[in-house]
Amino acid sequence: MTPWHANTVAELSAALHEGSVSSVELTAVYLARIAQHQGTLNAFISVTQEAALLEAERADARLRAGERGALIGVPIAHKDIFCTAGQKTTCGSRMLADFVSPYDATVVERLRAAGAVMLGKTNMDEFAMGSSTETSYFGPVRNPWDAARVPGGSSGGSAAAVAARLAPAATATDTGGSIRQPAALCGVTGLKPTYGRVSRFGMVAFASSLDQGGLLTISAEDAALLLAAMAGFDERDSTSVELPVPDYTASLAQPLKGLKIGLLHEFFDQGLDPEIEQRIRAALEVLRLEGASLKEVSLPNLPLSVPTYYVVAPAECSSNLARFDGVRYGYRCERPRDLLDLYQRTRGEGFGAEVKRRIMVGAYVLSAGYYDAYYLKAQRVRALISADFARAFHEVDVLIGPTTPTAAFELGAKTGDPVTMYLNDIYTIGANLAGLPAISVPCGFVQGLPVGMQIIGPHFSEPRLLNVAHRYQCESDWHRRAPPGFT
Amino acid sequence: MEWETVIGLEIHAQLLTRSKIFSGAATAYGAPPNAQASLIDLAYPGVLPVLNAEAVRMAVKFGLAINARVMRRSVFARKNYFYPDLPKGYQISQYELPIVCGGAVCILLEDGSEKRIGVTRAHLEEDAGKSLHEAIPGLTGVDLNRAGTPLIEIVSDPDMRSAREAVAYLKKMHTLVRYLRICDGNMQEGSFRCDANVSVRPRGAEKLGTRAEIKNLNSFRFVEKAIQFEVARQIELLEAGGAVAQETRLYDADRGETRAMRSKEQANDYRYFPDPDLLPVELDEPTIDAIAASLPELPDQKAQRFAAEYGLSVYDAGVLTASNELADYYEQVVLHLAGHAKLAANTVMGELAGLLNRDGLEVGESRVDAAGLALLLQRIVDDTISGKLAKEVLEAMWQERASADAIIEARGLRQITDESAIERAIDAVMSAHAGQLADYRAGKDKLFGFFVGQVMKATGGKANPARLNELLRKKLGG
Repeated sequence: MTPWHANTVAELSAALHEGSVSSVELTAVYLARIAQHQGTLNAFISVTQEAALLEAERADARLRAGERGALIGVPIAHKDIFCTAGQKTTCGSRMLADFVSPYDATVVERLRAAGAVMLGKTNMDEFAMGSSTETSYFGPVRNPWDAARVPGGSSGGSAAAVAARLAPAATATDTGGSIRQPAALCGVTGLKPTYGRVSRFGMVAFASSLDQGGLLTISAEDAALLLAAMAGFDERDSTSVELPVPDYTASLAQPLKGLKIGLLHEFFDQGLDPEIEQRIRAALEVLRLEGASLKEVSLPNLPLSVPTYYVVAPAECSSNLARFDGVRYGYRCERPRDLLDLYQRTRGEGFGAEVKRRIMVGAYVLSAGYYDAYYLKAQRVRALISADFARAFHEVDVLIGPTTPTAAFELGAKTGDPVTMYLNDIYTIGANLAGLPAISVPCGFVQGLPVGMQIIGPHFSEPRLLNVAHRYQCESDWHRRAPPGFT
Repeated sequence: MEWETVIGLEIHAQLLTRSKIFSGAATAYGAPPNAQASLIDLAYPGVLPVLNAEAVRMAVKFGLAINARVMRRSVFARKNYFYPDLPKGYQISQYELPIVCGGAVCILLEDGSEKRIGVTRAHLEEDAGKSLHEAIPGLTGVDLNRAGTPLIEIVSDPDMRSAREAVAYLKKMHTLVRYLRICDGNMQEGSFRCDANVSVRPRGAEKLGTRAEIKNLNSFRFVEKAIQFEVARQIELLEAGGAVAQETRLYDADRGETRAMRSKEQANDYRYFPDPDLLPVELDEPTIDAIAASLPELPDQKAQRFAAEYGLSVYDAGVLTASNELADYYEQVVLHLAGHAKLAANTVMGELAGLLNRDGLEVGESRVDAAGLALLLQRIVDDTISGKLAKEVLEAMWQERASADAIIEARGLRQITDESAIERAIDAVMSAHAGQLADYRAGKDKLFGFFVGQVMKATGGKANPARLNELLRKKLGG
């Protein structure tokens, strides 16, 4: 018999409903695995053991009472960017190292209501700024496939936790690729929904116009189950969209016959590792055999994504992070001499280097005399990129390409050169700028390291993306492979 | 050289919404510090603003009332700066695309002519909290109850040419926002306050002089005094060959002077950009039309109606419509006193205003209500009492909260209109003052007043003056 931790959410849910396992038992299994591997992976910032077992007991009671629901009793992990009432929410920063939120994020609240059991809070790049989870104040996360390598970021803790089967699923956030890139590097499924599909209330803001909550799972089917619970309008988030939430599982198995896939010309450029290209093309062949047609499309403005993003995101972050001033909560420097000293030392000591770099870039691009040349121009380019996508979706149903240009790199390999690090998001940023949903699914390995295929769709096409990903996963087993030592 | 003063005002009016502009916390004044600060007002990690629709409606009302363009699309922007009473590190305001553009109001000048003062724009924004520098010795306290209170900032064109005009404009806006019931106008509590941009230039010059901005003026008197001081300061400076610095100044009411706060060089770069947490405010025609239909009669319309309907002068109509409450009070009096609108106007603006002013009361708090005052005036009209005694009766009504009739009865103030009673009094006075009578009859007409006084004295002031005059003249004439 396969161990419990090898199962998907859907499988665990079935077992819980059958009564072949209890939520308390499952929770104990995962808590034990977290404890066992925390030393090597550092995937968690906090483990909420007691609360988890209490929640599991409540879930078991609900099941015993005959309640039905895909997530009742299923243990999950939350990225430490989501506020959790009564539990620490650090955002990977010294600034919030001891911060306990007085309220639950909408995502946390909804998953809690759906019966999911919170195991703990996962490690992440500080304030979600990074692509390797090396900027965390709580130390780097290691890739379960190779502990010398990074798991990607910023949701590296969530991705490593799911890859190592320390949790069957985890929430995450994606501002420039922070769900999809670690999903690709850790060999798990990662869905970034349409901007506005999932409430941002209670998600510590990095770049408000780009941030979107999503999830990391073993399978696309699991992603559908979690998204169903997370998605939907929230009156507390003005940018959440008032559209009904479709039944994401209903269309999962739909045949792909007639599906028009666009191959993103700009994604198959010279920066792409040729072996990764091979894996992607092999995956595309699987989809073609399923009945999809392939067509190359070009998004001429897409290569401007990275510079555009690195104006818009820092601009918003410089403003969003201004509230961390040592006055009301969070880190405060010792014995400030005066107000300016309080601000300077609190922020100087409380934020790490990458966060400070982005705040400074952001303040610069918004400042008088530079605003037009940087921020405004970036917004114009952003509109052009969105228009490119819109045009492409007149011709094709989904766009497919690699999630990342390379497989997981070694710890420290890019920390000295921020621009090289930023280029790791070259294929993922476009979807954020245009607010589009995108999913990364495992599609093979290069030298023992996982490779991710990215599927991007029009706004609110999550059912389609999940359908394509699910059909692919029916024809492949890459997503079921766990790293050696974690099977 | 002759100098011309140029003034523009930025008025901050707190909107009378029950909750804050981006959170559900209450806006009432005077709660214990931080009792009305929600997690959103405190800028906790992860919280988001949600726009209060009522604040938008109020801003639209204002725009319609000054005949401005109400923008179909306006955008909230972040004004970034650090201060302890600004929890997010930015203020949510409107910058490039405000909700109201281009309007005007007319003010009445001293010479009786009208002047149009343009309004450049009015935008929605949130108020900051308060830093309490005196509350805790050696420390600064922060009270965030006010943080997030909705404001409209009303920016005038630089159309005013004297402190008097500035005050007239400010009063006009003060009247207007209270009529619209979008602001309580309480200047002491800071719900209506203004900054004045003041410059001077040689008369006839086209180019504006360098301006100074005087911050946070919270009374009409301070606005007048501060501008007068600032104008004199700038002229003195320029005439001595100096230059005015573009800077922010504070008015020190105790010393009656303005002083520099920060210069342009020290000014913040606010790094404005559209707030990505809030959608643009989109307004369609039906919404705007519905708000337009809900507008009350505005001060100018009401003043015109008063002048036409009640035969009042433009000035009197203006005074009586200065607040909705006063206008309502006046109309109630007139309603009970058909045909004597002028008498009602004189009493409301004269005696009643005097009593309210003396006791520091608003018209809504008057100790004599409109019906009560109308009854008193009715007693003048029907000759029950004289106009002179009416003042005494009103004072007594004010003190004792009793009706005019009750006071008149209790004090026996009813006029003597009975001719025989007056004649008896006249006869008695004439026989008691035979010498004066002889002098009068010999041609000393001036003594008529003496006899009036004597008869009044004898009747306790209650003789009907017209009857008395008539009868006395007849009797004295022999």
